[in-house]
Amino acid sequence: MADVAITAAKSLFIVLLVVQVMGLGVFFERKVSALIQDRIGANRAAILGFAGLGLVNTLVADPIKFLLKEDVVPAGTDRVLHFLAPVLSLVPVLVTFAVVPFGDVLQVGGRTINLQAAELNVGILYVLAMVSLGVYGVVLGGWASNNRWSLLGGIRGSAQMISYEIAMGLALVAVVVTYGTLDLQEMARAQGHLLWGWLPAWGILYQPVACLIFMTAGVAESKRIPFDLPEGESELISGYFTEYSGAKHLMFMMSDFVEVVLVAALVATLFFGGWQLPYLLRDGFHLPWGAALALPSSAVALLQVTSFAVKLVFFTWLQIVIRWTLPRFRYDQLMRLGWQGLLPLGLANVVVSALVIVLAGPAA
Amino acid sequence: MSPLLFLLLAALTVASALTVVVHRNPVHSACALVVTLCLLAVFFLGLDAQLVAFLQVIVYAGAIVVLFLFVIMLLNLQVEARAMAGALLVGTATAGGVALAVLVVTALRRAAVPAAANPPAGFGETAALARQLFTVYLLPFELTSILLLVAIVGAVALAKK
Repeated sequence: MADVAITAAKSLFIVLLVVQVMGLGVFFERKVSALIQDRIGANRAAILGFAGLGLVNTLVADPIKFLLKEDVVPAGTDRVLHFLAPVLSLVPVLVTFAVVPFGDVLQVGGRTINLQAAELNVGILYVLAMVSLGVYGVVLGGWASNNRWSLLGGIRGSAQMISYEIAMGLALVAVVVTYGTLDLQEMARAQGHLLWGWLPAWGILYQPVACLIFMTAGVAESKRIPFDLPEGESELISGYFTEYSGAKHLMFMMSDFVEVVLVAALVATLFFGGWQLPYLLRDGFHLPWGAALALPSSAVALLQVTSFAVKLVFFTWLQIVIRWTLPRFRYDQLMRLGWQGLLPLGLANVVVSALVIVLAGPAA
Repeated sequence: MSPLLFLLLAALTVASALTVVVHRNPVHSACALVVTLCLLAVFFLGLDAQLVAFLQVIVYAGAIVVLFLFVIMLLNLQVEARAMAGALLVGTATAGGVALAVLVVTALRRAAVPAAANPPAGFGETAALARQLFTVYLLPFELTSILLLVAIVGAVALAKK
């Protein structure tokens, strides 16, 4: 019973963390874009004159507006699939966080709790499986809407997501080869030691190419500019979710943003130490020049969770900045980048990583 | 997996598999196929085969059926034309299915079922499976990859025609 309660608490914690970061992401989307384009950005909504730099606008007014809008289902739609598509889009992304570790271990009352909602020995394959199921929301939403723009968006979306899943998978193969495990928690722990006594051995040092490929493919999976052809505002209105309004529209928007947070979480975990804070071990800080600071287990866990959350926010912010900096790809450029750029690069990276590990031994 | 859960999941699997065949709308058939494949993955999970379960989801549910849907949507098939489904075809298919079921059941009843042995430690884990795959079953594994390569080359050759 206690085990079930602990797992439930861990699941609730990671979902709440993700939703908080997603909210910040939406805030960045409105205000960072304004900053980049030399505008003021969302500042209309206020509670008793308090606008909170637009936070009231993005975190209070926007969701209420979405939830209160009429839910329009156009004539000629496939009602069942039209209803299911937003669910199929959001649920797979949210459940992916089950295997993302947000801390090392927490000692409570003689128990050692692994700070990861689900310990699967296939960890990273679970991520790929759930990401690949996310395509259905896009495809079915596009098809069930009975609208040409939606259908085109759905077809573009499925082609794009399948193409970039391959590059993403290849980047992950190289990472798996480096760490010798599929479990994300083991990968995060493997990044805890120091190189030459001072440099944290984060994955980016071993797999810079895989990091680049993974990040690119991840941005493409979230279907945002520069990879927003499935939505393509200027040509397809809103692509696969043109015919959605109110809460269902919000669910599609939300799944895009949760995907951004997911990519941030995976990039942080695989390449930037996950919950690792440099020089923080299980019993406290051990600085390279010999100074040490002993800390209780709960303080260490809190610092690790904070470190993970900060990395999550940083990589979410980075993706928002990318989205407002780059122009959109043309469709042929998108496909060429995926199949002729990232795919061969990913394959070469796997071969080189495997060769290095066979010749020089595993990294961790 | 408890027997009750097994029966419930089995009933669901058969129902969704029947939907694949019976439903007139090809998109709904494809969706039912995804459900069937995911339920099969749950059975693999119940047998401690996590790797097989998730590979099943990645390869079949996540890639192959998406391509089915892609083609259905490109051709914009609304409702399947039932020109083929005459009485003769339905009769033959039913007879074939029943014959297959009889064959499988008889074979299974005659087979000596080994007593349920406790699986060794680490059974179904990725490392254990990989060790088997790359030592004992290395030759079949490599032959399969050559087979897949041949299929890819064939597909490219057909596409270039």
